[in-house]
Amino acid sequence: MSTVPADRWRGVVERTWRPAALLAACLAIWHLVTATGMVEAYLVPSPAKTFGLLADKWSYLWGHTWVTTYETILGFVIAGLLGVLVAVAMVYSRTIESTAYPILLFAQVIPKIAIAPLFVVWLGFGFEPKVVVAVLMAFFPVVISTVTGLKSVDTEMLELAATMGGGPVKTFVKIRFPAALPHLFAGLKVAVTLAVTGAVVGEFVGSNEGLGYVILQANGNMDTPMLFAGLIVISVVGVVLFLLLDLAEKLMLPWHASRRGAAVTTLLAKG
Amino acid sequence: MSVTLGTATSAVEISDVSVRFQSKRAEVTAVERVSLDVAPGEFVSIVGPSGCGKSTLLKLVSGLLKPSSGSVTLLGEPVRGPRHDIGFVFQRAALLEWRSARRNILLQAEMRGMNAAEAGRRADELIEMTGLSGFENALPHELSGGMQQRVALCRALLHQPRVLLMDEPFGALDALTREQMNVELHRVWRETGTTVLLVTHSIAESVYLANRVIVLTRRPAVVHEVIDVDLPAERDYSATMARPEFASATARIRDLLGAVTGQD
Ligand SMILES: Nc1ncnc2c1ncn2[C@@H]1O[C@H](COP(=O)(O)OP(=O)(O)OP(=O)(O)O)[C@@H](O)[C@H]1O
Ligand SMILES: [Mg+2]
Repeated sequence: MSTVPADRWRGVVERTWRPAALLAACLAIWHLVTATGMVEAYLVPSPAKTFGLLADKWSYLWGHTWVTTYETILGFVIAGLLGVLVAVAMVYSRTIESTAYPILLFAQVIPKIAIAPLFVVWLGFGFEPKVVVAVLMAFFPVVISTVTGLKSVDTEMLELAATMGGGPVKTFVKIRFPAALPHLFAGLKVAVTLAVTGAVVGEFVGSNEGLGYVILQANGNMDTPMLFAGLIVISVVGVVLFLLLDLAEKLMLPWHASRRGAAVTTLLAKG
Repeated sequence: MSVTLGTATSAVEISDVSVRFQSKRAEVTAVERVSLDVAPGEFVSIVGPSGCGKSTLLKLVSGLLKPSSGSVTLLGEPVRGPRHDIGFVFQRAALLEWRSARRNILLQAEMRGMNAAEAGRRADELIEMTGLSGFENALPHELSGGMQQRVALCRALLHQPRVLLMDEPFGALDALTREQMNVELHRVWRETGTTVLLVTHSIAESVYLANRVIVLTRRPAVVHEVIDVDLPAERDYSATMARPEFASATARIRDLLGAVTGQD
């Protein structure tokens, strides 16, 4: 849809003012709780102190943020590619599906924090074990959502494809995979937030860099302002990655019903 | 148009075909010993009560379904698997929602590996012919139900199939759009000389369009009666409706269907 710039800005304001107001309210409560001395400063630092520290130690935090972001993205990309591949194999082969499902489920329910030390033993203190934990965390939602997406293709569409004689590869590329994209994106959005958690968990277990390490250090030193700063940065990394995916989805799937639904609800809200 | 029996000149030849579906609870016989011959260029309508096996019959002809017994021959070749020398229109348009009207039509060409320039020209012709001009670039959700169905029809005609199978293609349309589509389909059929098998619930539609109307019984489908439609080849819509032959044919089919559904 083509909208004039003024309209677009009003749209942005309309969409963002509510979450922004909620965020401001949370900050205000946080400030009040600490300023009135309801909670001791060493338990909960004031927002001013936390953000002051964020500004002061920015270069220190930036380095660690980059490490965690790198591990997260690497883990996410591997999980995405692997997840889609496994999902495709599962959808096209009953045997693979019945063999892989129990293993997948087992890998999903096993607590990642409990097996993370094992990866440190196997892979050392570098970025590899963190990436592996991130992959393990992010893999499952990608597989599940892709399988659902590939299976939800209209059977009539597939029958039609059979009468067109394009063969399985063309049918997959032109019909099945694009039809699965909305589901795939839903899975990827969940996966990217889990990949952040995976990377941080990996860093908790054995590391000398990354935001997980920063938090662990701050915890050891009873440095609650730094702990809070680390938490904030981790959240921001997760949110930014999520929003990037959301943007990619908007650009790639402008046709999808959930996007059109958004336009309808704004119309209703205005009317 | 005469009924040609068991000769190689038939476009579609269904001989003594039965279809049984094995579901968890029971075995369902959808089609029982149906035989039917369709001559090249003939337009045959199939009517029958809901769930009697009409869709099953079309799937048999296209090779999407294998008969439990009997045989199906299409254009002189026995049907063993999905056939590519047909055009199929389903009840729902079944369009890819991320493709524009034109690109949905061209899916047919891409899947077949047809020459792109030639397919594009043919698509534009069909778009023109079915009155879709101006909507080439619209996405399916921006089209009305009738337009979507027209897109599906264009897609089924793009590769100039010698046999066109249509499964209640206009069921979701309002009465007026449906009449317009009937007139259009009649014109397309006259211009292309395609053999058409049309499944429909509309008695008027079945008679207006067809050379013959096959009336099926309740499930399992057996051919109840074959009505030869005695109307001129060139059919103006309202003039045809007013003809006594039209009235007698529709009355006969209505009687048959009433008798068929009112059995118990
Ligand atoms: N894949 C299947 N498995 C089991 N039973 C089926 C299957 N497909 C169709 N049937 C059964 O076969 C019978 C005929 O189905 P069919 O779809 O051919 O009916 P129809 O005449 O097209 O009905 P309608 O007019 O409602 O579209 C139905 O009773 C249906 O339940
Ligand atoms: Mg049907």
